[in-house]
Amino acid sequence: MADSSGDTPLSETPLAALHRELGGRMVPFAGYAMPVQYPAGIMAEHLHCRAAAALFDVSHMGQAELVGDGAAAALEALTPSDVQALKPGRQRYALLTTMAGGIFDDFMVANLGAQGTERLFLVVNASRKAEDFALIQAALPAGVRLRTLPDRALIALQGPQAVAAISTLASGIAALPFMGIGAFDVAGVPALVSRSGYTGEDGVEVSVPAEGAERFARALLALPGVQPAGLGARDSLRLEAGLCLYGNDIDETTSPVEANLVWTIGKRRRTEWNFPGAERVRDELDNGAKRLRVGIRPEGRQPARAHTPVHLPGGAAIGEVTSGGFGPSANGPVAMGYVAREHAADGTSLELMVRGKPLAARVAPLPFTPHRYVR
Amino acid sequence: MLRFTKDHEWIRLDGDVATVGITDHAQEALGDVVFVDLPEAGREVTEGEAVAVVESVKAASDVYAPVAGRIVESNAKLAEDPALVNSAATTDGWFFKLSGVSAASVEALMDEAAYAAFLETI
Repeated sequence: MADSSGDTPLSETPLAALHRELGGRMVPFAGYAMPVQYPAGIMAEHLHCRAAAALFDVSHMGQAELVGDGAAAALEALTPSDVQALKPGRQRYALLTTMAGGIFDDFMVANLGAQGTERLFLVVNASRKAEDFALIQAALPAGVRLRTLPDRALIALQGPQAVAAISTLASGIAALPFMGIGAFDVAGVPALVSRSGYTGEDGVEVSVPAEGAERFARALLALPGVQPAGLGARDSLRLEAGLCLYGNDIDETTSPVEANLVWTIGKRRRTEWNFPGAERVRDELDNGAKRLRVGIRPEGRQPARAHTPVHLPGGAAIGEVTSGGFGPSANGPVAMGYVAREHAADGTSLELMVRGKPLAARVAPLPFTPHRYVR
Repeated sequence: MLRFTKDHEWIRLDGDVATVGITDHAQEALGDVVFVDLPEAGREVTEGEAVAVVESVKAASDVYAPVAGRIVESNAKLAEDPALVNSAATTDGWFFKLSGVSAASVEALMDEAAYAAFLETI
């Protein structure tokens, strides 16, 4: 078993002491010491999230506010999302794109504006926050300010019982629609609650001040049905839900069209074509992308991991697995990856070259487990 | 009597046939085992050769032959119930059996006390 021993000391989240108390196995992730699992184990934590409610510390992610007149328009210089159409109290998933039409990062943007003040709340990937904030800072006109929020924690409560559980501490949360966001007092902690997540389940992601994070987390863990879950379960849950992991499934080489994320491009933006990389996106929409992100279901029980080559049966290489593992709810191996567009139809027979041996698989529809968001 | 490797395999010699598996420490570190890729009977293996793969929810890890020999059997039960590796690492969760094993090469590996001391160092 190889230990990754980096030279840089790892950062800790405001919940580090709680993770250790709960028996979390801490591993390095994006420069942070994060719990990959608790004593229950990844399988049990994953299944508990699908059955009840799981608490995840995702405080390593980057949080920031973009404040001032023209904030939405300024952000649109970096994303194909229709940020200006986002109504107050609403959040959406969006991409930062590169001039070459790749994906610089994926992120969440919420409109917290009120009384004519433009205020956007951003959540970006831990592994990209320095790059993202530098990119955004450099694109801002006078009058729009980027305020990073390194002193805030982010805690997700996910699962079919999550909203009912947290609503016992702040009843208004149950009324939030999917991708709605609002400020609540939860167990005496000022909390920015959004009805969103990364598991395919109903639930919330909650931004709280670092100093209130442990009190907030303990209050949630004391609720019936709530158990802690680590990054291992978070990864298997998001993979079953067909959600992309930046750096695995999307990066600066993959376009929004290839990644099957065209739905994040605003309708208006598709008439203006004024976002970074619009030329490539437009060309791929008109003429087809060379490759597409698809779900992949290996036959049998053997998982195929990221970077496994994808072939046609007995034939040529047509792509690569970008995320793969065992799906506890799917009760079998699940994967996603890119294949040449002409072989991307559901049901297409594939061969995955796992340690040099062909493993039969098929292109499968995503998600592997149905989304259960509130609508 | 069990002997142990630094790669966290255990081996038990009965006559000239040795049974090999992964240690309790290894199964604990791997977490829930979901698949085990086992070697074909008849294969000649050298000491330290990667001969099996154990897959947990999170990752795949190689399992090495602690000593040279010939594979005579793999544990068919693991195909049905890979979680045996977690629940019975040093008994029903064995991986494969080797024949033609030199007793001296097994003796040369760590005994239980030495392995426990080794675990303290990592």
